Amino acid sequence: MSRAILLAPFWVWLLTLVAAPVLILVLMAFATPAEGVPPFTLGLRFAAFAMLVEDFYYAEALLAALRLAATTAGLCLLIAYPMALGMAGLRPGWRLPLLALLMLPFWTGFLLRIGAWIGLLRDEGLVNHLLRGFGITDAPLALLYTEGAMLAGMVHAYLPFAVLPIFTALIRLDPALLEAAADLGARPARVFFSITLPLTLPAAAAGFLLVFIPAAGEFVIPELLGPPEAQVIGRVLWQEFFQNRDWPLAAALALVLLALLILPIRWFQRLGASA
Amino acid sequence: MLSATALEKRFGAVRALAGLDLTINPGEFFALLGGSGSGKSTLLRVLAGFEAPDAGTLTLDGQDLLPVPPWARPINMMFQSYALFPHMSVGDNIAYGLKRAGVAAEERRNRIMAALDLVGLQGMEARRPQQLSGGQKQRVALARSLVMRPRVLLLDEPMAALDAGLRERTGLELRALQRKTGAAFIMVTHDQQEALALADRIAVLDAGRVAQIGPPQEVYARPATRFVARFLGAANVLEGRMQDGVFESAEVGGVIASGLPADTIAIALRAEQIRLTSADEAPRITGILEDAAFRGDDWLTIIRLPGGASLRVVHDTAPPAQGSLVGLLWEAGAVVPLFA
Repeated sequence: MSRAILLAPFWVWLLTLVAAPVLILVLMAFATPAEGVPPFTLGLRFAAFAMLVEDFYYAEALLAALRLAATTAGLCLLIAYPMALGMAGLRPGWRLPLLALLMLPFWTGFLLRIGAWIGLLRDEGLVNHLLRGFGITDAPLALLYTEGAMLAGMVHAYLPFAVLPIFTALIRLDPALLEAAADLGARPARVFFSITLPLTLPAAAAGFLLVFIPAAGEFVIPELLGPPEAQVIGRVLWQEFFQNRDWPLAAALALVLLALLILPIRWFQRLGASA
Repeated sequence: MLSATALEKRFGAVRALAGLDLTINPGEFFALLGGSGSGKSTLLRVLAGFEAPDAGTLTLDGQDLLPVPPWARPINMMFQSYALFPHMSVGDNIAYGLKRAGVAAEERRNRIMAALDLVGLQGMEARRPQQLSGGQKQRVALARSLVMRPRVLLLDEPMAALDAGLRERTGLELRALQRKTGAAFIMVTHDQQEALALADRIAVLDAGRVAQIGPPQEVYARPATRFVARFLGAANVLEGRMQDGVFESAEVGGVIASGLPADTIAIALRAEQIRLTSADEAPRITGILEDAAFRGDDWLTIIRLPGGASLRVVHDTAPPAQGSLVGLLWEAGAVVPLFA
């Protein structure tokens, strides 16, 4: 009984915020676009899915999104692992302040942080100003609306999600294991690659996924910082919903993305079970 | 021969090692006995190379060990938690050190099999540590250290994580292994029974120093300080001083010893060396039987002395009723003078 009460919020959340929206998306995806509010009439029509298969535009956007998400998650991992290693190596008294610093950007609005990147990278921005000031360049470099700007914004936004699980795994690692390895003749680098890294790999995979999954649906950062040709799935979704007002197509697209993202989650569950 | 002199180690305000001197002979089973905070674990970590002492020297057969990092010391350690690598099989755990030492695959296999044989775990090399019982884990940890053929093996509370029933047998096996391999075993423990039962020599540590060192029988029978007498248990320690040839103690309220050295500041008297007088004997002192507890083989009683101190006394037969006036007697040689 008390178990049911404790689980009630979870079930309410699952039903109203996960199951119901997915159901609406499914209904919408099989509906017919129409003028009016809402802009569709219910039915059982496969045209939206057929369109996704026929027009490579959507497959390309999907691939672009997955590529962007994988690149972002990979970069985050490369930066996050050494960061977490450094933080975990500190005395406990220093860890919390650093953790707070890591989370500090979340205290400002997401859009403000994107705005800051625009301010830094635009033609008259700080970076170009400094480059010219030091005589490194004469004309402003095109920094904004590039792949690089988009990746910088993505990594900046998602990095903490990668650091946290790795940091947690590292501080939970029994120091006696590392000492035992050293005692048996392993030098520090060997200790890292034979003990620390394998034992924190599941956490690194968790960090990768925690970045990859939201990054795959990201549309604000590619829109505001990325090049015009960066037609990721999030942007396409937005356009179908709000510009073309083809809700069935947009819903079908969202469902495909959702289905694709379940794969890495399953893979992660297997990894977690084996560790 | 492993030799430490004047080792100092501070952690903030805590002096974990306070000028500790110690010599350990090749091939002996040595026990470091002490309570928490005595410095025994710090000493072990200094020997293994995980902590650098602030001052002092450490040599093994004349070679200075202090500049040698842990991975290059001919010393291995068995950790209290065993520290088995959870992502490796038993065989890979034991192979880890051999691989680092560059032992060829075939010899490695032979040595792993021999090590498993030594600790009685034949055929277990494919298991994961998670699939082993506590006793089996301990044996794998032992095999992983011994396969390196260390000159000195450090054992950090090797029996602490085992069930009480397993400890006695494991202890004897540990000593048999030590005899067989010929390595010097240095065991850290807080359990005096374990140390007395297994070691060739023991050192009782107190506040980062060696309070007493010697064969177990000697340290047990002749504790040098009040701390050692209390730590080894079962000894009554009575404070006082020598005056006119007799030991005077306010907490005793009578004369209980005489003819001790003039600088005696306390005496130790073992519980099992005191007995109750029969009707025709003159007691050395009388007291009130305050409490009695049956312990299986014998009874333990608490006797309140006139001066307020209480003595622990062991009886083979049922003691008189609580509140009885009893006379106590012991051999003159049972009294051990303490000077610190």
